Amino acid sequence: MNGIIDIKDLCFRYSQENEKLDLSHIDLHVNEGEWLAIIGHNGSGKSTLAKAIDGLIEPEAGEIFIDGEKLTDKSLWNIRKKIGMVFQNPDNQFVGADVEGDVAFGLENQGIEREEMHARVKKALEVVDMQNFAKHEPVRLSGGQKQRVAIAGVLALRPKIVIFDESTSMLDPEGRLQIISLIRQMNQTEGFTVISITHDIDEASLADRVIVIDDGQIIDDSLPEKLFQKGEQLIDIGLDVPYPQRLKLELKKRGIQIPAEYMDEESMVNWLCRSILKN
Amino acid sequence: MDKMLLGRYINGDSLIHRMDPRGKLFLSFYFIVIVFLCNNWETYVLMTAMVMLFVKLSDISLGFFIKGVRPLIWLILFTVLLQIFFSSGGHVYWHWGPFTVTDSGMINGVFVFCRFVLIIFMSTLLTLTTTPIEISDGLELLLKPLTKIKVPVYEIALMLSIALRFVPTLMDETTKIMNAQRARGVNFGEGNLIKQIKSVIPLLIPLFVSSFNRAEDLATAMEARGYHGGEGRTKYRKQEWKRNDTIAVILFVVLTIALVVLRK
Repeated sequence: MNGIIDIKDLCFRYSQENEKLDLSHIDLHVNEGEWLAIIGHNGSGKSTLAKAIDGLIEPEAGEIFIDGEKLTDKSLWNIRKKIGMVFQNPDNQFVGADVEGDVAFGLENQGIEREEMHARVKKALEVVDMQNFAKHEPVRLSGGQKQRVAIAGVLALRPKIVIFDESTSMLDPEGRLQIISLIRQMNQTEGFTVISITHDIDEASLADRVIVIDDGQIIDDSLPEKLFQKGEQLIDIGLDVPYPQRLKLELKKRGIQIPAEYMDEESMVNWLCRSILKN
Repeated sequence: MDKMLLGRYINGDSLIHRMDPRGKLFLSFYFIVIVFLCNNWETYVLMTAMVMLFVKLSDISLGFFIKGVRPLIWLILFTVLLQIFFSSGGHVYWHWGPFTVTDSGMINGVFVFCRFVLIIFMSTLLTLTTTPIEISDGLELLLKPLTKIKVPVYEIALMLSIALRFVPTLMDETTKIMNAQRARGVNFGEGNLIKQIKSVIPLLIPLFVSSFNRAEDLATAMEARGYHGGEGRTKYRKQEWKRNDTIAVILFVVLTIALVVLRK
């Protein structure tokens, strides 16, 4: 079956002098409309993988197919039209001198007519709820707002795939929640294929599927509920587990019997209430 | 850093604000040229009246323009004094060694002062009423004919607009780095000259490194958004030549004619 992203045996290293591959033998298949989270500790190769998918770096070996098209020098620009990327630092990806100009930047690159651009920019700003800030310069925006502008820039381009490269890592908790709910909305109601690279376990636990990267290799690929059951194992490779799972581990340590299956916040609350009522 | 007036823009909706930036840019340069046509009282009075009219039309208080003169005041005074003490001709009031004060020297000094102030007022008017984006867009359109002789006008305009967009960001960064270094014991602006220069190093090196990192990030982000040179790009912003602009141009033509007639 053809997915929207197919990666076959991808290898990459930053410098030829490196003995170790920064990405080694990655095989990945992403279905259309899926929300895939990529987690891993610092320096594990997550961002490198994202850059490889968008053709920002050239792999040493292996093939990448986006929407059935092979990523080559020739198809590069066509493929980039299908992928929107939101990066980590909200300050360094703001190209335009003001919000409107920044959202329009990608559209200008594609040579879209002015009327069409105005309509699309307006619509995109409405989706991220930034329409009142259209004329603001980046200095007058908070980090979360800049990140929403970056998302609007991606929405205006109408790609099929959106990659969030640690887009929430530099935000405060409130900005983070806003961006996460935007990601969810984009994935569930607008039908974008979403790849989110993240350290934020709560963000990863919302995804349809999570892959874990360690030392440039995919070491786990499963549903979030399955993955987070492996509590201690994850902590061993330098990752965290969602809050309900941490609570579960602590309760277990104190000798309380607790079901083994994965529980999200809601089911945890329900379980706790029920067991307290029973006693 | 709030005192800096360079590139400061004051939001407004006056007649001048609504002018086409191309027109404003061109007329500002043109103004500097025709200031040199002035050589007597009538022409200076006419020129000053014209500038005052524009200042009035811009709805910005005169104080801002005077602030614009302030950083250049030493240069102005120096030039004026040179004019006063080293000109010859006319009635000699005072004479000592190489210094002579004559009536024509004094008049020239006043003229030079007026010329400076007028030029500064006019360029301050341009920056106060035009956003940096408009200026870079306007420059791009004005320079467009140069593409014929292979000048990369589009790239220059993009460079300019990115530079302008990063000015406040880098200012913030500078303040932050200074504070961080102060917290570790660096004294900025203290001690003798060599010490002061040395204390800039812990500010400049991190600033350079972070600028390069920013540039790298920005380049990746631009590429990811499909940027590959100026070719085939459309423009989001449109600049419209309006009636205001035509009137302003006519005004300047009339002014030039009047100056030529009035000058001796």
